[in-house]
Amino acid sequence: MNILSLFVLIPILTIIAVTFTRSLKQTRVVSAVGMGIQLIMAALLIFMYLAERRSGNMAEMLFTYDALWFPTLNIHYSVGVDGISVAMIGLTAIVVFAGIFASWTVEFLSREFFISLILLSSGVFGFFISLDLFTMFLFYELAVIPMYLLIGLWGSGPKEYSAMKLTLMLMAGSALLLVGLLGIYFNSAPGGGQLTFNITEIAKIQIPIEMQRFLFPFAFIGFGILGALFPFHTWSPDGHASAPTAVSMLHAGVLMKLGGYGAFRVAMYLMPDAAREQAWIFIILTSISVVYGAFGAIVQKDLKYINAYSSVSHCGLVLFAVLMMNQTAMNGAVIQMISHGLMTALFFALIGMIYGRTHTRMINEMGGLMKVIPFLGVVYVIAGLASLGLPGLSGFVAEMTIFVGSFQHTDVFHRVVTIMATSSIVITAVYILRVVGILLLGPIKNDHYLHLKDAVWYERLSTITLVLAIAAIGIAPLWLSDMINGSLVPLVQKIAGNGIAGIF
Amino acid sequence: MTINDFLMMRHELLLTTIALIVLMVDLGLKPGKKKSIIPFTIVLFALHTIAGFLPAQAGELFGGMYRTGSLQIMMKNVLNIGVLIILLQSASWLRKPENLEKISEYFILMFSTLIGMNFMISSGDFLMFYLGLELATIPMAALSAFVHHQTKSAEAGIKLLLSSALSSGILLFGLSLIYGSVGSVYFNDVAASYSYTPMQILAFIFFFAGMSFKISLVPFHLWTADVYEGSPVNVTSYFSVISKGAASFIFITILFVVFNSIAFIWKDLVYVIAVLTMTIGNLFALRQKNMKRFLAFSSIAQAGFILLGIIAGNKTGMTSVIYFVLIYIFSNLGAFGVVSAIFNATGKENMDDYDGLYHTNPKLSLLMMLSVFSLAGIPPVAGFFGKFFLFTSAASAGYYWLVFIAVLNATISLYYYLLVVKAMFINKNEQPIAYFKSDLTTRIALMICTLGIFFIGFWGQLYEIINSISIGILN
Repeated sequence: MNILSLFVLIPILTIIAVTFTRSLKQTRVVSAVGMGIQLIMAALLIFMYLAERRSGNMAEMLFTYDALWFPTLNIHYSVGVDGISVAMIGLTAIVVFAGIFASWTVEFLSREFFISLILLSSGVFGFFISLDLFTMFLFYELAVIPMYLLIGLWGSGPKEYSAMKLTLMLMAGSALLLVGLLGIYFNSAPGGGQLTFNITEIAKIQIPIEMQRFLFPFAFIGFGILGALFPFHTWSPDGHASAPTAVSMLHAGVLMKLGGYGAFRVAMYLMPDAAREQAWIFIILTSISVVYGAFGAIVQKDLKYINAYSSVSHCGLVLFAVLMMNQTAMNGAVIQMISHGLMTALFFALIGMIYGRTHTRMINEMGGLMKVIPFLGVVYVIAGLASLGLPGLSGFVAEMTIFVGSFQHTDVFHRVVTIMATSSIVITAVYILRVVGILLLGPIKNDHYLHLKDAVWYERLSTITLVLAIAAIGIAPLWLSDMINGSLVPLVQKIAGNGIAGIF
Repeated sequence: MTINDFLMMRHELLLTTIALIVLMVDLGLKPGKKKSIIPFTIVLFALHTIAGFLPAQAGELFGGMYRTGSLQIMMKNVLNIGVLIILLQSASWLRKPENLEKISEYFILMFSTLIGMNFMISSGDFLMFYLGLELATIPMAALSAFVHHQTKSAEAGIKLLLSSALSSGILLFGLSLIYGSVGSVYFNDVAASYSYTPMQILAFIFFFAGMSFKISLVPFHLWTADVYEGSPVNVTSYFSVISKGAASFIFITILFVVFNSIAFIWKDLVYVIAVLTMTIGNLFALRQKNMKRFLAFSSIAQAGFILLGIIAGNKTGMTSVIYFVLIYIFSNLGAFGVVSAIFNATGKENMDDYDGLYHTNPKLSLLMMLSVFSLAGIPPVAGFFGKFFLFTSAASAGYYWLVFIAVLNATISLYYYLLVVKAMFINKNEQPIAYFKSDLTTRIALMICTLGIFFIGFWGQLYEIINSISIGILN
């Protein structure tokens, strides 16, 4: 049995086990065990990957497994990982594990809740291990669709509207994506011969430039919608605000990364010439995402909306960095994906825990929470500091790398957008500190809050897991960036080609 | 005729025999014992379905009027599977007291239409094709008026009869023009000498319009909703799955085999009709509250998707059409099976009635959810694979924008399919449909659908089998 296939198999087995459980207690224990095994597997995978690299295995993809599925169309079930996907799998395993503990007390239809949540995670794992565009697309849709029930059934606020909006917008994204993927497939053998969906195979050939020009926007926007690319980001605030805690964690933390990951692994890697030509359009859009998301977060009063807009800003930064097309910036993009995944999951977990106590998410109704729930307060501050890029935490490493990378371009256009994007750091500091000031410090506005209890064991477990991961990246970033760097080299070589053609 | 000739026609002959046996047995049964004809017929038909899979030889009969080969046999087998599921689903409805007198009629009418479709699929000239078409259509009108004491059902019957008479007229006019211009009705002769003189184009347009009526393509779709709503549930599912599947099969065969020389003309036509059908079918389906009407309009949209396989004009196209129809049978019959089970138990068929169904009938709701996801093309259920291959085949001919429009339409369709899921899972209801247990035959039928929806997609070999016998446009 291939180790990568286990990442899809374990969630499915867990789902089967969960269907036999009778009560919330059994359900959550089974889910926690299943996802705990998954976390251990992810750690094991990272060590195996590093050991393999150290022993001198320089193959682009490791642990590959390939089975022919539909011979005439040459569709394979084909899996394999490089440093980037290993890192993303690690992130997913951590967030899912934390998510299970963050939803420890879901009473209403708990079995169905955990099944949908784990099904979603199996889609995400499958996406990151896929080397075949067909299976990749299959897992992509598999990860999106459980969101509808998760938000619609267990959400809050205008949940039915948000669930429908999110599902339809993401599915419209996959409509664009599908056209892009089919186009790539039918141009994967320009000299005649067997067509293929295999990413590593297609990367070896040159798709005709006219087709690239036509297909690149489809594929890039298709993934970009999931990565909250302006102006297709509007599903994100509503969706995140209405979703239950664990779903927000998983969605902002992991699912949005599918967009960023796909954008460079598929759209840019396979169609580099069109990517270089059209990059400037998307750089402008992502710069808007970065700044607009940050400004959006300033004016919001609902904690979840603040974090959702901040996600738009941070995920915009991922796409922004990817489009810079050099080693440093793309390295930063991957670290930013992981860093943002961890800290936004932490934020949403904390918001869920605070909401569970105060029954409101409006910041102006709360105040002085640090005095009554110090544990949650401190963790909130840590997450906030990571988000605004304090050295020693993961956010600093990511943003620093991105901006150093993007400033390496010497032309005016890139310099200007970089400076614009850099301003988001300041704006981020404004909204983070504003929330911390109103929410945690100052006088307690409501006597009822005096009797709040601090975090219990499963909440502590959930948050500490995430805090440790954030701190680990912040303190020892080279460990992670070395793993990514080696795998980025072939990608960057192919994407950057002979320098970047811009309009300026 | 030799014994071999009989064997070649075994689908039609066996079915005729079964229909006659059912008629005879019905005569001999006492009025109180009529119910026993139901399991008897279902078993006979199941045997017939199995017999269809036995190896057979290819060949021609009646001087080329009747042709058979692995492709035709595959199409007939696909239809047989669908009919078998429908028979299983109708058992509990037929046992109701008001239907007791008419049980054997139901079977005989259904078998006659199926024989017609089989002849249509095997036809080697337009005469046989037309005979099969009429044999398939006229009993269908009787079927849709089966509950004749209900105004709606009787209305459905007469509407179907009138509109199919009109469409047959149009079709016949087209066929006579074809005969006039070519001097033969044999597919091979017509294909050999067909070109694009104005009269031949006109003939083709008439033929196309006539067929569009049968498959209910926009703008010839207006009869569907009323007929589907008025007919009994199981007859509706027969219309939307079997009759549509058979018509698609014969449509794609004739377009590929007979009109291959004017492919560049019909491809433009199919392009426009496909966009119209998908979009308008979807827009109408959005507003439906009655489950049968809802599924009717959604099946119009599905017919639009089938056109994507036709427009490709190659082997992949035909493979994906057959593959899609096979999957569509399981998904749509799954949905109709749930509608039928609920209607038989409670008499309710509006979407509002389904509110909160999951809390009382979780298994039915789950199957309904799987079915609509399969219809919408969501992985990992089979519908995803069916749709994906249709899109692949259209893209293989370079129709990227058409694929894009189609996938956007699939997204729109997801909206209304999700409305059903929302009703069952999310909506609150003071008095949801109470828990009920369906009888054995219904459960077997639903079980077959569930298995089909779950596993067909993962069974890659099936696609290969279909692909090995499919054909593209012959040049």
